[in-house]
Amino acid sequence: MRIRRKVSMVVLMLFVLSIVAGCSQGGDNGSAQQGDTIKVGINTELSGAVASYGTNAANGALLAIEEINAAGGVLGKQLEPLQRDCKSVADEAMSVSAALVGEGIVAQIGPLTSGNVAGSTRVMMENQIPLLAPAATAVNVTVDEKTNKVRDFIFRVCYLDSDQGRRMANFALEDLGVKTAAIYGSTSDDYATGLAKYFKEEFTSKGGTIVAEEGFVNGDKDFRATLTKIKNANPEFIYVPGYYTEVAVLIKQAREMGITCPIGGGDGWDSPDMVSVAGAEALNNTFFTNHYSVEDPDPAIQKFVEAYKAKYNKLPDSFAALGYDAARLLADAIERAGEADPIKIKEALEATKDFPGITGKMSMDENHNPVKNIVVIEYKDGNLISR
Amino acid sequence: MQKTRHIKPVRFIVEVGILVVIFTLVQYLISAGLLNQYYQINLASICINIILAVSLNLINGFTGQLSLGHAGFMAVGAYASVIMTNYMELPFIVGIAAACLAAALAGFIIGVPTLRLRGDYLAIATLGFGEIIRVVLQNIDYVGGPAGIMGISKMTTWPWLFASVVVTLVVIVNLINSSYGRAIISVREDEIAAELMGVNTTKYKVLAFVVGAMFAGLAGALYAHYFYIIKPETFNFLKSFDILVMVVLGGLGSTTGAVIAAIFITVLTAALQSFPAIRMILYAVILIMVMIYRPQGLMGNRELGRRTFGKVFGSLWGEEK
Repeated sequence: MRIRRKVSMVVLMLFVLSIVAGCSQGGDNGSAQQGDTIKVGINTELSGAVASYGTNAANGALLAIEEINAAGGVLGKQLEPLQRDCKSVADEAMSVSAALVGEGIVAQIGPLTSGNVAGSTRVMMENQIPLLAPAATAVNVTVDEKTNKVRDFIFRVCYLDSDQGRRMANFALEDLGVKTAAIYGSTSDDYATGLAKYFKEEFTSKGGTIVAEEGFVNGDKDFRATLTKIKNANPEFIYVPGYYTEVAVLIKQAREMGITCPIGGGDGWDSPDMVSVAGAEALNNTFFTNHYSVEDPDPAIQKFVEAYKAKYNKLPDSFAALGYDAARLLADAIERAGEADPIKIKEALEATKDFPGITGKMSMDENHNPVKNIVVIEYKDGNLISR
Repeated sequence: MQKTRHIKPVRFIVEVGILVVIFTLVQYLISAGLLNQYYQINLASICINIILAVSLNLINGFTGQLSLGHAGFMAVGAYASVIMTNYMELPFIVGIAAACLAAALAGFIIGVPTLRLRGDYLAIATLGFGEIIRVVLQNIDYVGGPAGIMGISKMTTWPWLFASVVVTLVVIVNLINSSYGRAIISVREDEIAAELMGVNTTKYKVLAFVVGAMFAGLAGALYAHYFYIIKPETFNFLKSFDILVMVVLGGLGSTTGAVIAAIFITVLTAALQSFPAIRMILYAVILIMVMIYRPQGLMGNRELGRRTFGKVFGSLWGEEK
């Protein structure tokens, strides 16, 4: 009996302790107080399935905030980043957002994936605090598809999948001058199927012909059988939307089989593994749409790349650049709003015009999507060259 | 005997009274605005996790069948309820009923063939079925494919959460204390001996499995209507493991243990949000520590309840010997 009571006591104590720990977390009740700093929430995926996206975007955002603070802050105040982990799940993203709101943030950056942003959305909408999604590409992140109404407080800084697919179609038609194309993309996710769909729409509507349409599943290793079919259809261009894990192998096998025509894809190709797996030679005459290029000689981009490398000891990928842009756009909006008030910041974000981001010049459209240019990058002897 | 029977109504009234007090207290805190959104969200998570842990504990703890597909049943419930409420615009109660029915049916369909397997084989089969449910959902465009369903109306409120937890606890505790429950526990203790005693082991295993799945479906419905978005990826096997961790941490075969562990883990996860970099390490270290010092789980297979609180409330409660 005595032992059992001891056990129950220990359990109860653990329980009480954990609740106390939990309480100290929640903080003040909702009042966004105007202290010496402006609090900005950074709610990204630091663990779980897409931890690399979230970590890089958060790094980019933190770098931007550091630079802004070093240059005197915003409206004479320092920005205070509150970094949290949403574990790559939507319910955690919601809980984190609520905690951040309780701590008095004026805006939130993140999460990265569309699903996790959706988790955060209701909390941000109810509390009327703007959310900047660095990389959520689903259309319904900013627009309610049922009512066709814009979600007032949700913004994104990346372009949509539809823009990317269309851009590549136009690039193929105009810059490469091809008339026929084959599509051979991943069917495992919305991202790749979306790119394929919009590429096809744009390509055929502008007079091109799709001569073959095939698909692969993420995790496939051998593409030769389907590539033979595509080779026989004799396209002038092959569109391969998917991630670098499969695409690198696919391109290598295509070149080995003597398919020499240009091959194109989307930002899923963006990885140093492309060159190491496929080989520099196989990648010649391949193109992909991307948010920005590390090789871009633009001084602002080079300054960012250097600063990022110095701080984190690695090259910034697209997520890092988007996180950086999100934080800078937010600072710019607070400056234009004139005070750190969430509703005024939201209005300022809506009025964004020609903001010079690393990932392109942005203007917000009425659906809270940025209108910006999309870079097409070419692999030339293993180097990335923007077109 | 006489005495116990005499005291029972008093105990019942006291227990109901405690429930009413808890309910009204929290309801008051919410409507008075004293409980901010952050606490409300965690409260919802706690309630949903209690339902999940207690229902999985029925399968894993009391019946002794290692099931790793609980998130799959949760997914079935979540999707079934959302189809009812979001697509057909029926009231929430219909959604909940549909969730329970669909999950129970899925539990039956999966349980009948797999529960003839034992130990590791059953674990792998249920893991597989959980994944099948997820992959099937991923390929149905009607429910949004891999992107899932976004913008689900918020219908899960504190009364729903509270009622669901109470119903889950009452049904499962009474099931275990009934003759069915004795049969279920006998399957765990020694399946061959139980069979020799005339217990239809498959029947009781399927029964426990179906009831467990049904409550997982209920949890799924509550989850979907609180967290705004569901997608197949939410219900992958990692979610099943999260629930299993709660059950093992609380102690296999202890309902109160499952409740305590569900609360403990939810609060722990929330408390570690402020330490993003070392969060998962701390989480793992705490779990390992608990398992080293309490390998049988926080509660073992004992219950925290009348006998423990009986000491405090003494005569009012009536001591059970």
